[in-house]
Amino acid sequence: MNLDSPTPMSRQIAEHSTLIERFLGLPKIALLIFVLLIAALGLGNGIIGYLVVAGELDGTWYDIRDLGNVNAALRDAILSSQLNTYIAGALAYLIPAILGATGIVSVVGGWLLIGPWAERRLIAKFQIRQGPNRTGPFGLFQSLADALKLMQKEIVIPTGADRFLYFAPPVAVFIPAILGWAAIPWAPKMSFADMDVGVLFVIAISSLGVLAVFVAGWSSNNHYSLLGAMRTIAMMVSYEIPISLSLLAVVLMTGSTQLSEIVTWQSTHNVWLIVLIPFAALAFLFASTAEINRTPNDIGEAESEIVAGFYTEYSGMKAGLFMAVELGNAILVGALMATFFLGGYTMFGLETWIPGYIILATKIGLVYFLFVWIRGTLPRFRLDQLMGFAWKFLIPVSIILMFIVAIESAIFIRWDVPAAVSLGLFGLINVTGAVIISVVWIRILFKDLDLAAPERPRLVTAVGGLKAAKEIRG
Amino acid sequence: MIEDVLDLILTIGLMHYLIVSGSVFALGSVIALGKRNAVGVLMGVELMLNGAILALIAFSRFPPAGTATTAALEGHVFVVFVLTVAAAEAAIALALAVLVYRKRETVDLDRINLLKW
Amino acid sequence: MESPGIVLGFYLLAGLTLGSGGLVFLARNLLHSLAFLVISFLSMAGLFLTLSADFIAMAQILIYAGSISVLMVFAVMLTPLASRDNSNSIYVFPALISAGGIASFVAFIAWDTDWSGPGTDFDSTIGTIGQLLLGKYVLAFEIASVLLLFALVGAIMLVHQRDEDSEGTS
Repeated sequence: MNLDSPTPMSRQIAEHSTLIERFLGLPKIALLIFVLLIAALGLGNGIIGYLVVAGELDGTWYDIRDLGNVNAALRDAILSSQLNTYIAGALAYLIPAILGATGIVSVVGGWLLIGPWAERRLIAKFQIRQGPNRTGPFGLFQSLADALKLMQKEIVIPTGADRFLYFAPPVAVFIPAILGWAAIPWAPKMSFADMDVGVLFVIAISSLGVLAVFVAGWSSNNHYSLLGAMRTIAMMVSYEIPISLSLLAVVLMTGSTQLSEIVTWQSTHNVWLIVLIPFAALAFLFASTAEINRTPNDIGEAESEIVAGFYTEYSGMKAGLFMAVELGNAILVGALMATFFLGGYTMFGLETWIPGYIILATKIGLVYFLFVWIRGTLPRFRLDQLMGFAWKFLIPVSIILMFIVAIESAIFIRWDVPAAVSLGLFGLINVTGAVIISVVWIRILFKDLDLAAPERPRLVTAVGGLKAAKEIRG
Repeated sequence: MIEDVLDLILTIGLMHYLIVSGSVFALGSVIALGKRNAVGVLMGVELMLNGAILALIAFSRFPPAGTATTAALEGHVFVVFVLTVAAAEAAIALALAVLVYRKRETVDLDRINLLKW
Repeated sequence: MESPGIVLGFYLLAGLTLGSGGLVFLARNLLHSLAFLVISFLSMAGLFLTLSADFIAMAQILIYAGSISVLMVFAVMLTPLASRDNSNSIYVFPALISAGGIASFVAFIAWDTDWSGPGTDFDSTIGTIGQLLLGKYVLAFEIASVLLLFALVGAIMLVHQRDEDSEGTS
């Protein structure tokens, strides 16, 4: 970009220092620490690599590639101790459970402190602003300060609110947001509840938040709240169907409803499901953004239309809980997306070198970044557009593609060729099928819609935007 | 004597589940028969179905000795059908409630009495 | 069945189910009783889990707590002028008597019969259920799917407002 650009905006973009320039501009001490950290990381990795190659880590309690080993060792130690069998059984059941729950809650809680900061900084970068940078180094303590502020605020109960139902929803939406993590496998043995019906569990848990949202909106005795609640319910009910259909495609392909089995299938066949069934993956991603109320589908709490949606009347930490749940759901969806479609904790053999949970966390971070990117890019859809998109496009196309996947999975079991051949063929069929069916469906559905790209922006021209821009330029 | 009672309380068997199931069914029947609002009546019906489901699952969990697992799990299959029927019934019943409301501006079952005469 | 966790869980969940079921009956506001109904459904799902019926428990959460209650919410919201109170009709006393009869009858039968079955813990239910549904009960399964389709279409047909209708009734 040249510096003598015509508009102030593009000049600002041009003068904006890049990330590498700013990194090199840091004080020498910081750079030194950074280099030392990288060296320490390399050294540690070398040691771990040696241990892995020597095979001394497999299954021992200090095998940090899989924290489930620690739990198993602890359970064995308790069960083989001198205690009464009754007490030992109870303890062996309780202590690993509490440890796992603590792990989940601390991971989610830690993310709730880092996540808002990351999101706001990223959004600021997209919009060429600075973002929060006052509280602590790089503004890292911003969410801590926000939480403290929210806790100190007065709790206002609106007149005419239903006193009994008003207090339940902030807690009731938090329970599913935490419970959903139980099924996620972080490493081969590192899953809180690796149940047979994991996929069903995920769908069932995600359907629980709907009622809490409705109760929040209804009990507030506020029209904005009720409007937001009804919008959110309509969206959630509609978009649960595409989610279920895309997860059904996953189950058909892998032949299991257990989340760890799904991950194992992807790692044994060395393929990510997003390559095999791309439409299901994209439908899941889009429908999840609607399900968890994120932009571009956040019509349930659209600030410019209905204040804050269903939690308009909540103040202090209760509103904070709603916002936290929103964020927690975003990373939960990231984890589900990574597990179902992006290979979970495996990475084509890398999981023997790097702990599986780090790989999964990286994938979660990537999906979260995608969410932030979408939020920074796309405007909000209208309610009828969103409902129409779900019912007229996502659901029919998903059903057709699910039939194709069902036929493919039936062939996959019986066909006696290497998996690479059949899966490659299926992937090809699915990609082309998704494209063809989508295009044909759109052509049928929107026959009279003008799909040709307009030569100049209509709305901007109508309100005189281009003329104003021309005046600024010259 | 006391040991018998304690054993009865502390060993959860089919009897306990059946008692809970019967109580839930009875509670649902009270709500279904005794409420005036159509939605309230529907809640009672759902509770009754739930009680029946609990009985089915309890029977399939405690089958007679020598029953194969596949045969025992037929109770679960029945429950799947009950759930299907419950979903269909709820959808139709609530549509009817909305329809009645459009005609009469009430869902109070005591006041929907046109067919009485 | 000797594990203390199961015993504790059973009594807790049974109490929660029955207690919130009773509050569905006692609550004065229709939406309060709906909230209690959802708690009752959820604790019922917990009871299913103590019976090692994981698939049915998840289906219970999904269908009852997730869908039917939302349908009820929609029914309440679509009838704005109807009263929201949860009052009893005159039939409540005969209903109470008959329900007491039902409950005590079932309880007596359950107590009096010798249920000496050993009880089996199912390792995995979902595979067998799937094979039964698509094998032995495939006809019933298809009929159930047709029933669901009819319910879907029927509900839409019933509630759909035609233009000429809406002028007459509204």
